Amino acid sequence: MLANQRLLPLGFVPLLIGSLIWIGLSARGVEIRGTKTSTADTRIEDGLVAWERIYSVLTSPRCINCHTATNHPQQGDDRHRHFANVIRGPQGKGVPGLSCISCHQSANADSTGVPGGRNWHLAPLSMRWQDQNDQPLPSAVVCRSLIDRAKNGGLDGQALLKHHEEEPLVLWAWNPGRRLDGTMRTLPPLTHDDFVAATRQWINAGMPCPR
Amino acid sequence: MATYQLTVNGQHKQVDVDPSTPLLWVLREELKMTGTKYGCGISVCGACTVHVDGVATRSCVVPISLLSDRPIVTIEGIGSDPVGRVVQDSWVDKDVVQCGYCQSGQIMNAVALLKANPKPTNVDIEESMGGNLCRCATYVRIREAIKRASQQLK
Repeated sequence: MLANQRLLPLGFVPLLIGSLIWIGLSARGVEIRGTKTSTADTRIEDGLVAWERIYSVLTSPRCINCHTATNHPQQGDDRHRHFANVIRGPQGKGVPGLSCISCHQSANADSTGVPGGRNWHLAPLSMRWQDQNDQPLPSAVVCRSLIDRAKNGGLDGQALLKHHEEEPLVLWAWNPGRRLDGTMRTLPPLTHDDFVAATRQWINAGMPCPR
Repeated sequence: MATYQLTVNGQHKQVDVDPSTPLLWVLREELKMTGTKYGCGISVCGACTVHVDGVATRSCVVPISLLSDRPIVTIEGIGSDPVGRVVQDSWVDKDVVQCGYCQSGQIMNAVALLKANPKPTNVDIEESMGGNLCRCATYVRIREAIKRASQQLK
């Protein structure tokens, strides 16, 4: 009797496991017995694709050079340490006597090769997209930081979209001016329109992040 | 060429120059104010430092077209400023200068530091002055002079 009471529930284990697998696969939109992928799941998958496009921009030198984890900004396509011992400072704007705006004016200075834009500054450490060795953080980590309102300055999806659409220093990435040798700085891998479209698609998909 | 109205050390100036001309060359070539020095020309050394609207600025990389109406103070005018006067006195007291070429930039930067932070620590001084190079290596005396000025400003 006691043995039967113990064994009986064990008989349900395979059924239980099978049910959980079916539910799990269904929730992920995986096709089961001819069932089509759900619209919601397709949207999430599309959102993840859009996110990877966003990530490709965020980790391009024009963006990530000022999203460091260290005490200094970077410069150039090789993302080397900013010259002249420039450091972050308490507000991300350098220090007295050696602030960002000691050189970076409100617009690009093509004749002297110094990039510029309004309120030139480093991103806060909470929005670092690199590790201490100056390597880009994984896509999932950057994504989770970007959607964390405790880290991103309290921005919800729509505010993030507006940030990507209108923030002057974001826009600067697509108008980065000329280097001292007169050549144009390289641009992010997407156009700004495509970047905004990817952001909108990602937000509409619920801002999914890769695992 | 374009005409620009400037305020330099409290005085009105008018210059006709190409919009891409760096402020340094406007000061030195147009206004004959040669106290501000040309060092590297690419904002690495700090010899060309002036104040633009109170901000220590590397004049060799700032085109005149991006200045708008912000007031400019140079080494020729910084002695009229109370903090500037104390810093210059400290430079003399500590006999900071060796060849002197970088010192106008050093003084302008030190004044900017002390205006923002009247009681800087050694780290504060190193961080703020770290971008001003001195081939004579007068760094120790520069730090001593800044500390003296800080005490004088009590």
